[in-house]
Amino acid sequence: MLAPEPGVEIDGFRLGERIHVGSMASIYRLEGPRGPLRLVMKIPRLGAGERSANVVSFEQCRMVLGALSQSPHHPTLVAYGDVETTPYLVMEYIEGVRLDHWLQRAPLAPQETARLGHALALALHDIHRQDVIHLDLKATNVIYRPDGKAALIDFGLSCHRHLPDLLAAEFHTPVGNWVTMAPEQIAGERCDPRSDLFALGALLYELATGKRPFGTPESAAQLRRRLYRDPRPPRALVGATPPWLQEVILHCLEIDAAARCASAAQLAFDLANPGQVALTERAERSRSDSFIRVARRLYKARRFEPSPPPPPATDLTPLPVVVVAIGAQETGEPFFEALRAATRRRMAANAGCRIACITVVAPAVALTDDTPTGRHIRQLINLRRWAKPLGLPEERITYHVLESDEPAAALLDYATVNEVEEILMGPGKEAAQVVNEAPCSVAVVRPLPAG
Amino acid sequence: MLELIESHAARGAIVVLGNHDAAAIGRDVAGMNAQAMSAIVWTRKHLARRHIAFLEALPLSVREDGRLFVHASAASPERWTYVTGRRQAAQSLEATDASIIFCGHVHEQKLYYTIATGFPMPFRPIPGTPIPTARHRQWLAIVGSAGQPRDRNPAACYALADLARSRLTFFRVPYDHGSAAQKIRAAGLPERLARRVERGA
Repeated sequence: MLAPEPGVEIDGFRLGERIHVGSMASIYRLEGPRGPLRLVMKIPRLGAGERSANVVSFEQCRMVLGALSQSPHHPTLVAYGDVETTPYLVMEYIEGVRLDHWLQRAPLAPQETARLGHALALALHDIHRQDVIHLDLKATNVIYRPDGKAALIDFGLSCHRHLPDLLAAEFHTPVGNWVTMAPEQIAGERCDPRSDLFALGALLYELATGKRPFGTPESAAQLRRRLYRDPRPPRALVGATPPWLQEVILHCLEIDAAARCASAAQLAFDLANPGQVALTERAERSRSDSFIRVARRLYKARRFEPSPPPPPATDLTPLPVVVVAIGAQETGEPFFEALRAATRRRMAANAGCRIACITVVAPAVALTDDTPTGRHIRQLINLRRWAKPLGLPEERITYHVLESDEPAAALLDYATVNEVEEILMGPGKEAAQVVNEAPCSVAVVRPLPAG
Repeated sequence: MLELIESHAARGAIVVLGNHDAAAIGRDVAGMNAQAMSAIVWTRKHLARRHIAFLEALPLSVREDGRLFVHASAASPERWTYVTGRRQAAQSLEATDASIIFCGHVHEQKLYYTIATGFPMPFRPIPGTPIPTARHRQWLAIVGSAGQPRDRNPAACYALADLARSRLTFFRVPYDHGSAAQKIRAAGLPERLARRVERGA
């Protein structure tokens, strides 16, 4: 579908000036009978040659904006069209100046950088409090209103932790802005609000120095450099950068999300109160880290694991579930007793935990006298035989016979979906795969040798 | 309870058969534990002939426009397969061209949604937050159990689908579970069934 021309009417909205043409969507000012309205329409680029991700990103944007409460920090969603027939979003037109306007004049005075950063941090805190993460923060996605407040636009890559993440597993390469993208985003993490703080740090760096902290990566390998290579300290580029500003910027740009500011509100506080910023060695740094330190980080970066994201603002953690996996052929009493001992230790450590006993059998095949229900019952009897000596009240234990040709995959699937805390299982060829791929801890239990 | 459901059905409500209902009218249902069976025996004694006739007439699944209502997996409703993971969700969704499946059997609320590649993604809904369920995707909503939740929260589960706006909202609602448990005890049913209602686990 070609982008429509100004003057065209869609669902009663008349398109005015096209104010933005992007790789994923075009944005038009809407016209009323007496001139332009304070509304814009965003139309995704769809059709042959366009990426299918465009439509998913459009859906995600609509869902997240629709769920946000009205605020000066992002546009209000007014109307939307059907995704299948006429996809569009009608939103508030935000009057103001985009952040890239200031970037063209960088380096700015420290007070100016702090003022812009402070307003942006407050806008981020507003969405983070509602469990929304922007994940595509860049200069063209920030508009400063005449009263100085910052508004975030384009929520097409954002994540709302109360809603299904339609973009999960949708992309094979890291999407977002490669100039400002946080290390954990490169590793596929989409649930950490501190990713936005990293991006804010990258923008502050550019405002303060006129340079991008990690240049302009053009390949995935260049993008990954930020997992081990620290940027040159701002003071090495602009000598007049005060230590507190360098401290704030480098704090945002920490590789490990857990080492950054804990929240956008704290960052806003620092930028508004330079005298209160606790200075560390970051503040005085005058050159990039030594070759040895970078080499050490490079080694670590090959196995980069993002820090776990903090729990959502409104967390509803279910009770921990411990899976006990028992092979369909497994009946040996020494092994059963070892597995029971391990299970008892988990139950002693966490009075609330539940045990899910699982066995995986091959799917029922036709032309066998072995009826599926008969096999299921035999497996259930085996699981109950294992569990009986534990003397667990029924509400703390469940029994499951899963059908699959791939026992390890079935267990992993169960553990992922049910947010399992730990898997207990015997050794064997499945154990290796489960240990490697499980989303949780896995304990491989063996009976003690006799004697 | 059954009379309440019958009155809703008389006003056009969609009602599908569950595994406990099937057992109560004497159909062969595998995998029930002793306590569940004792409750079934109790239920059988209290069913009038017209109740049995009502249950016997219930379908295993109902299709209405783009929506499919079924107790367990749509892949084979009569086998009462639990949708406990992405694989089972995929099998259930593959069995229909409906855009959304409403089911139960599993007691916790869950929403699965299809993505471009691979198995459906699981999502644990936040009660009270409306979720847009666009019709070009497939969704599988486990609305949760009304009387027997298993997450230590005795509140009953339900969900409301806003068909005009394609939005689905999951809810939890507290009810007088103490009285319900007392009635179970008074009927002489196993103590565990009463405790389960009280503790929600």
